[in-house]
Amino acid sequence: MNCEFKMVRAEEIIDEAQRLHYDGYHLMQQCATRTETGYELVYTFGKALDVLQVKIILDTDQPINSISHVFPCAFLYENEMHDLFGVDIKMISLDYKGSFYRTAIETPFK
Amino acid sequence: MSTRSVIPFGPQHPVLPEPIHLDLVLEDEKVVQAIPSIGFIHRGLEKLVDKKDFHEMVYVAERICGICSMGHGLGYCDAVEHIMDLEIPDRAKFLRTMLSELSRIHSHMLWLGLLADAFGFESLYMECWRIREEVLDMFEIATGGRVIFSIMKIGGLRRDLPDDMLADFRQRLDKIEEQLKVVAKPFYDDVAVKNRLVGVGILTPEKADLLGTAGPFLRASGIARDIRSTEGYCAYDQIEFEPIISTGCDSYARTEVRIKEIFQAIDIVRQCIDKMPAGAVDVPVKPNQFPNGEYMTRIEQPRGEALYYVKANGSKFIDRMRVRTPTFANIPALVEVMAGCDLADVPILVLTIDPCISCTER
Repeated sequence: MNCEFKMVRAEEIIDEAQRLHYDGYHLMQQCATRTETGYELVYTFGKALDVLQVKIILDTDQPINSISHVFPCAFLYENEMHDLFGVDIKMISLDYKGSFYRTAIETPFK
Repeated sequence: MSTRSVIPFGPQHPVLPEPIHLDLVLEDEKVVQAIPSIGFIHRGLEKLVDKKDFHEMVYVAERICGICSMGHGLGYCDAVEHIMDLEIPDRAKFLRTMLSELSRIHSHMLWLGLLADAFGFESLYMECWRIREEVLDMFEIATGGRVIFSIMKIGGLRRDLPDDMLADFRQRLDKIEEQLKVVAKPFYDDVAVKNRLVGVGILTPEKADLLGTAGPFLRASGIARDIRSTEGYCAYDQIEFEPIISTGCDSYARTEVRIKEIFQAIDIVRQCIDKMPAGAVDVPVKPNQFPNGEYMTRIEQPRGEALYYVKANGSKFIDRMRVRTPTFANIPALVEVMAGCDLADVPILVLTIDPCISCTER
């Protein structure tokens, strides 16, 4: 599997998602990793045999826009990143506002 | 205009083996919208990377789910082996392939039993699960476990399966295949079964692709996407098989795909036994050899494509293990197929994605 990551800035993610959508890609997953200064987000897109990985570096309090209006299934991954890591994601199509995962402590992976 | 009402479905429901909640918006008996809700049993297993070293995380990965444990162990090991640039021996690749396919057989048999139970065919349900027990017996012989196997390790397998055991497995599979042919017949032909499945929960190929659907749920919509054939991980590149698809796009098509995949899995196990190379089943990993880098592996679990992302920092504790399970990917499509269905079909539709909430709540 292609494990090269394309670096994208947070403010460019919707443009990038729309470009991939028009190119026929589907969303495979989104995930967050905690770093010393914030988060590293990895979005994985697939088209037939082709896989494209996009990486976004975020500061702790830096928001990022949702891509759920481009890829409808993104709402699950984005609610997960919000609930577990505390990533500030704006305009999720179905925003559970922290109640997607019923965790004993808030943002346990932060 | 009909009055709209909201019916809570789950998290505890007779047809659901595990907790998932759906808010069903109804007009009379028709579902117009379904809003999913999970997170009732989230365990935070991925967070254990802080406390368990990268070898111990194999056990954690296996414990994500009792049905898919073989695949989770394999996926995690494969990702770490890519980071560490470990080339595992051919025999280990074939044994991993064989064990993965046995896992597929027992997972699909479990699902067929649950489906039969959901539409009230209890003798069929018991027969499916009885046959599944015979596959679990094979796992017990091979690994010592029926649920958690602990046979995967970074660099290969913990133990070899001798050739006389493989010959015995071949005989057992012949017997299982004959029993399966009898069990499959009602799923294909029974009028009551067809009444509950045909035309129920249509998912078009376009929607399936857009919503990131995976596994038999996707292939039953006519899309031939199977990571075993495209990625060729383990020994799949040396096995002859084609992805099984159906163009029915409904619940019956999903059942058909899974039944055919059981027979295909038996064939793949036979090919593995026939082509099994001699040699070691692992490569040693030195005590001071630690992974450094990141990799994402994808494997075809019984329920669909699963992704394993590992990020390591050169120490014995990795930074991140992330598992994208097929059920998680199939939830958006589940919500899609529910719009417009009858309330009575909701339990069947939930089942036809073969939900594994334990995987989803990793």
